[in-house]
Amino acid sequence: MLPSPDELKRALEQLLPGVSLTLEGTVLFVGPKDLAAVCRCLKEQERFGLDYLANLTAVDYPTEHLPAAPEASTSGAAQAGRMDVVYHLYSMAQKHGPVILKVKLPRANPVVASVTPIWRGAEFQEREVYDLYGVTFEGHPDLRRILMWDGFQGHPMRKDYVPEDQDA
Amino acid sequence: MGVDEGLKSELQKQGVYVTTWDQLVNWGRSNSIWPLQFGLACCAIEMIATAASRYDIARFGSEIFRASPRQADLMIVAGTVTKKMAPQVVRLYNQMAEPKYVISMGACATSGGPFHTGYNVLKGIDRYIPVDVYIPGCPPTPQGLLEGLMRLQERIKSRSMGQEVGAKQAAYPVPAFGASGLEPRYTPGVFQPRKPW
Repeated sequence: MLPSPDELKRALEQLLPGVSLTLEGTVLFVGPKDLAAVCRCLKEQERFGLDYLANLTAVDYPTEHLPAAPEASTSGAAQAGRMDVVYHLYSMAQKHGPVILKVKLPRANPVVASVTPIWRGAEFQEREVYDLYGVTFEGHPDLRRILMWDGFQGHPMRKDYVPEDQDA
Repeated sequence: MGVDEGLKSELQKQGVYVTTWDQLVNWGRSNSIWPLQFGLACCAIEMIATAASRYDIARFGSEIFRASPRQADLMIVAGTVTKKMAPQVVRLYNQMAEPKYVISMGACATSGGPFHTGYNVLKGIDRYIPVDVYIPGCPPTPQGLLEGLMRLQERIKSRSMGQEVGAKQAAYPVPAFGASGLEPRYTPGVFQPRKPW
């Protein structure tokens, strides 16, 4: 039986002291630096057993400002826009889920740790997010475009992407 | 061309059949159009249904889908042509032996269809290769594809083989991958974009 999001947050804070977690509804927002540790804990702890990454995607919020995080304030002017990476986790062994994790990243330079070493199935999904949203996954074994061809410029799923005019 | 219809029917009553070389060749050509066996999207499912027993494309002599472009007469572009796939489609067309024909099956192959404003779909295969018959629909029904095939047969019967071969270029340029799409965006001489409203 999966603990409620509230209990999950408290359990994680106990297991990983100093971890940055905020709960919004059923979504657990994880600090970008803590993502790998939280994911590893969720997979390896017997009571969570979240062995299956069902979905990994991103959401582009071009006009929203990042919350006042120390990284954002040091980079000078407040950067407009944020990029969320979304993770949906299930447990095949214990037949529960989903646990929804999100990471808020600055839109101008979205970098987050790869979860491919934890769930092998993340490899292609991270490549897709890298291709279409331009999020860089540190520690990914083979990060290159997967749908568009090498040499393609831009990230088409970003809201400000303008497709070419084929009639021009 | 040639034989007077009245005389022809008189002769037929006596057991003498008169025809022209073109009519004889076109009769054979139009009733054994071998399509190239490939599908790009959901239109391909309708194409498969057309080839199966209920609709039975064999009634029109087109049941032999060839897996090699060298042995095919007809390219049925069945589905969405993505920018990534378009060079391969043009290359396959170039590899087909003359005389060869193209059916653009469905809204996607004709104009990009529901993906018209997208970033990754070609707005019609007719930008790079000459299309003989366009079939509307999303996807067209098997009946629609058979209607398109019959139109193509009429087209083949109406022209002599020499004319057909002479009208085509030897090879059509294969587009390359550019920074934001295919380069060139269309082959001039094959396609001209419509003027804006």
